[in-house]
Amino acid sequence: MTLQASELQVGDEHTEVVVDDLTRTQIVQYSGASGDYNPLHSDEIFATQVAGFPGIFAHGMLTMGLTGKMVTNYVGDGRLRSFGGRFRAQVWPGDTLTARAEIVDIRSDDDGAGVVELRITTTNQDGVEVFTGEATATID
Amino acid sequence: MAVQRFPIELGHIMMFARSVGDPNPIYSDEEYAAGSEIGHVIAPPTFVQAGAQFDPDWPLRPEIGEPWFGSGRNPTGTPRPADGGGGGGGGGMARGLHAEQHFEYHRHLRPGDVLRAETRPGKTWEKEGRRAGKLVFSEMITEYRDQDDELVITARSVGVRTERAPEAAAGAGPEESQ
Repeated sequence: MTLQASELQVGDEHTEVVVDDLTRTQIVQYSGASGDYNPLHSDEIFATQVAGFPGIFAHGMLTMGLTGKMVTNYVGDGRLRSFGGRFRAQVWPGDTLTARAEIVDIRSDDDGAGVVELRITTTNQDGVEVFTGEATATID
Repeated sequence: MAVQRFPIELGHIMMFARSVGDPNPIYSDEEYAAGSEIGHVIAPPTFVQAGAQFDPDWPLRPEIGEPWFGSGRNPTGTPRPADGGGGGGGGGMARGLHAEQHFEYHRHLRPGDVLRAETRPGKTWEKEGRRAGKLVFSEMITEYRDQDDELVITARSVGVRTERAPEAAAGAGPEESQ
C-alpha cells in the first residue's frame, strides 16, 4: 500500500471521485464534526436572504478534506509530510468532485528518505477547479 | 485559534472521517490500525481544523443564551452591519474569506494525544482585484504542540479581505470560515 520509489515516475497520476452528488446532509455532518457551524453552510434562509448567495455551499475545508482522502489513499496511511492548497471556487450541493494527484518530483531528503511531491487538483462536474494544491509524502 | 486543550479522541476522529466520506479503517478501527505500518489509529490530514470545537471563543459556534447570526424566528438573529452580508461571515462577523490552507506534519496524531494550539499572524500583502477592488491577504500560523510540548502540526492559513462584496471577488473562493 506504500509507494515504491522504483515504481514511480514524474508525471504519474492518481484520480478519484471523492464525492458524487454532494448532499446538504454531508455538509451538515462536516459542520458538526469540524465545529464550523457558520450558517452559510447549513441555513438556506440565512444564506439566501441575509448573505445573498443562491443557496448554502460547502466549507472550503470540506473540499480539502474530501481531497485529502484521495491523497492518503494514494500515498498510504501515516506517510503524508505536508498538504496544502488554495480554495478556487465554491462547491454546492449536488456537485461531484474529482481529485487528481500528479507526481512532480521524486527525491531524497537530508536523511536519505524518499519523498514524492504531488500537484493536487480537484475539479467539479463542469471541469472547474475548486481546489489546487501540493502534497509531499514519504515513499519507500 | 487559541486552544489550551484539544484532546485527540477516537470517536471524534471517526466522526470527522465520516464527514469527509473516508471509510479508511485507520481512522476508526484500533485492531486494524495496530496491524498497520504506523501501528495506531491516526487522524485524517485536515483533522486539526476541528480544534475549533475546543476553542472557548470560537465565533462560528452558537453560544447558549447569546444571539446567533443564523436564522430562527427571523432570517438572522443579529443586526446586520452596514457593509455586512456576502461571504465575509455574515451578520456581524467581519471575517475574511478563507483563501488557502497548508499543513506540515511533524508526526501523525494518535488518540490520547492532548494538543495545545497557538496562532500568530504571519505575512500580509495586497493585490488589486479585477472586480472586488483591493484584496488584502493575511497569513495566520498555528502551531499544534502535544502533551510533551513537541510540535506535531504547523498550519498556515491565508485569509483575504475585499473592498467590495465578496461574491464579486474574482477567483477567490468565498470561504469565510475555517
